[in-house]
Amino acid sequence: MSLMQLFRSRKEDNSAAIAKERLQIIVAHERSSRSGRDFLPAMERDILEVIQKYIEVQQECIDIKLDSQDGCSILEVNVQLPN
Amino acid sequence: MARIIVVTSGKGGVGKTTTSASIATGLALKGHRTVVIDFDVGLRNLDLLMGCERRVVYDFVNVINGEAELHQALIRDKRTENLSILPASQTRDKEALTHAGVEKVLNQLAKDFEYIICDSPAGIEHGALMALYFADEAIITTNPEVSSVRDSDRILGILQSKSRRAVENLEPVKEHLLVTRYNPERVTRGEMLNIQDVEEILAIPLIGVVPESTSVLKASNQGVPVVCNTDSDAGQAYNDVVARFLGEDIPHRFLEPVKKGFLQRMFGGIG
Repeated sequence: MSLMQLFRSRKEDNSAAIAKERLQIIVAHERSSRSGRDFLPAMERDILEVIQKYIEVQQECIDIKLDSQDGCSILEVNVQLPN
Repeated sequence: MARIIVVTSGKGGVGKTTTSASIATGLALKGHRTVVIDFDVGLRNLDLLMGCERRVVYDFVNVINGEAELHQALIRDKRTENLSILPASQTRDKEALTHAGVEKVLNQLAKDFEYIICDSPAGIEHGALMALYFADEAIITTNPEVSSVRDSDRILGILQSKSRRAVENLEPVKEHLLVTRYNPERVTRGEMLNIQDVEEILAIPLIGVVPESTSVLKASNQGVPVVCNTDSDAGQAYNDVVARFLGEDIPHRFLEPVKKGFLQRMFGGIG
């Protein structure tokens, strides 16, 4: 820390915290996909088909995620319905 | 029974060869008969870091292909007793490392050495898979940086599914986390992942932290493993790693920024 730096704002963006958060998400995602849960794309297709039987939705309107938090797996299905 | 240790990372340039050279030398300095093998066929560099590049006559692939005997390819280290180097081939491709060939060489080395250090190439291709397949223990070399941490996690997944111990349902490969190029000043400023972050994400036991240090480049310039420079921070850190590997309980060092004097703080400095 030199004289010049002393005058600069001490409150810098904490980019390490952003790095940690991004890593936690991507690593969890990649771990779940390598632990034999590669059925997600197929399940996504099936769910989409069921929904399409009743409502007209496009492939990109559906988002399926499998997350793990505190030893508990959460299946999150987001469907954006047409107006 | 010889222990086979792979030094791996997934990502390139994080310090695998520096680590292999220093850990092998450190084990030999403690009196253990050690051999270090370069698995980076086509891009050998371990010989340079060990300072024996002009003594390479035969290599790993020559031995596998029966073109040379193992003892003809092994290079005895000039500085350190108990230490030998098996260089990689510079001219062949990675496919030259056959499964059976690597196993045969490792079995032969296991008769004469206590520790066999396998310096893995970067990536997850054939050479890297061969380097880790027979491992009993793995040193996962990681920089506190997003791509390195992610690739380390990927390599951990491969160790847990594709190593011999995984395939044959044996006791899993013992994993060690080694964080290299750690810069405590930048961590303090919130610019770099800290040790706890990396440990938390990768969730394997920490064997050491090597600070980012000018002594690492100096060591490779000279072809002397940095562990031999006991005055340097990185050299001391590697010495600690070797001691911990051998079961000693030593607290981690070089985790905090070096305190600067008043003048240095005012005017910046060379520190």
